[in-house]
Formats: sequence, structure tokens, C-alpha cells
Amino acid sequence: MFRQAASRLLTRSTTTLRRLYSTEVATDASSGDAAFVEAWKKVAPNIDPPKTPIQFMEPRPPTPSTLPSKLTVNFVLPYAAELSKAEVDMVIVPATTGQMGILPGHVPTIAELKPGLLSVHEGNDVKKYFISSGFAFVHSNSYADILAVEAVPLDRIDPAQVQKGLSEFTQKLNSASTDLDKAEAQIGVDVHSALNSALTG
Amino acid sequence: MASTAAVPFWRSAGMTYITYSNICANLVRNCLKEPYKSEAISREKVHFSVTKWADGKPQKPTIRSDSPEE
Repeated sequence: MFRQAASRLLTRSTTTLRRLYSTEVATDASSGDAAFVEAWKKVAPNIDPPKTPIQFMEPRPPTPSTLPSKLTVNFVLPYAAELSKAEVDMVIVPATTGQMGILPGHVPTIAELKPGLLSVHEGNDVKKYFISSGFAFVHSNSYADILAVEAVPLDRIDPAQVQKGLSEFTQKLNSASTDLDKAEAQIGVDVHSALNSALTG
Repeated sequence: MASTAAVPFWRSAGMTYITYSNICANLVRNCLKEPYKSEAISREKVHFSVTKWADGKPQKPTIRSDSPEE
């Protein structure tokens, strides 16, 4: 039984083709969908075929063969794009697994973010934002997409409110009864303590 | 094959990620200084009407709104 499996594995790897990843498929669609254009010309040879949606899309920036010197960051919020294709040296994001530094040439990653500090390093400038939660995607072509629901520069945070919120939620956590109440109070404590450490640290 | 990934505390309490994310965002907005706080709160106000359907007929619509009723 196992001898059959081994020989089957061998034949599988040598004869069948591997399906291409989306990053390897040709993205040049400026000429349009060939089958559609052909079918159009048969039916209406004198009218130019209309553009299909793929021709309006910008192709994905290719993965350079040498390590790029800058990281291109798209830092977006639901209501505004904070940074759009900004070339920076490094970004430090608050991932759930800890502060993660992203440099050009970083391995492609998807990271869920927790409430915390995001810092964008460009030369000697560091811009800091407090993020409520979100995701960070790093692609192989040294593009980083950081999506957050709320991101505020640190000087817009009111320390008095933070302290008040922290004590309020710590109290709620102690008196919480149901699982849901406990979870909500825990979230409150996490967010406010993260705000606190962002303001003081 | 049972998945062994650690479940976040809010997921085990029955909350979805969107609810968690929205709660975090609301808490952060509450801790802003004026005028940014009022800007953020007014930006997130919603006003919509929900109509439930039964037997192919719409029932009475309910209006859900953050803005004060006139």
C-alpha cells in the first residue's frame, strides 16, 4: 500500500504542471481580453471593442530583482489615506505578536494589529500614530499596506480622558459577570493601557 | 485535523472581529481632544432605515439614527 503511494507521488510531481501563483500570472492587460476582442470583431467588425475593467486597472508593481532601498507604504483609514505610496526607510507596526519592524525586502507577511503605536521612520524624522486596530500586509515588492480603523497623531490624545477610561474599565473588569461583559471590560483596559504607554513611552 | 491556534479572548466570549475593532475605535475616539473628538464623532454618525420582509411583503421600516430626531 505504501509502495503504491510512493510511486504515485513520484509520477504526480514529474508529470502534472504546478498552477501559477497570482504574482506570477502576466498582469499586462493593455491589449484587452483576447477572446472577447475576437468574438467582438466577428459580430461588429467596424466598431472598436469597448474597454474591459482589467484594462483600467494599474498592473501590480513588479518585484525588483535587487533589494530596493525604500519601503513604499500605503497607510489608509476608512475615511482618508494618511500615506499613499510614501517612500520610507522603516515602519514599526503594533502587531498582536509584538512590535514588528518592516524594512525594505521584508518577507511577505499578513499581520493583525492590536491597539498601539505605529511609527514611520524616514531619514531622521519619526512620525508616530496611535492605531486602534487593523491589519498590515507586506508584499514581496516591498510595498506595505497598513489598514487601520482609527489612527491619531499622539498630540491629539487627551491624557485625562485616558486615565479616567483606564480606572473606569479596571473597575468594570472587577465587577463584570457575563463573559461578554468581561471581554468588553478587558478590551477597554487593553486600549486604555496601550494609550497610556503610547503617551508616556 | 483540529486547529490548535490560540483563540483571542473576545472570540471565545462570542464577539466577532468587527465588533472588537469597532469597540476599540470608539474607545480611542472618546479619548481625543476637542475639536478632533467632535469631528471624529460626527464623522461616524449613521442614519438608516431597516425594513424586514415576510411572505414577500415589507413590514414596517424602523429608522436607526445617531442624529437627534427633529
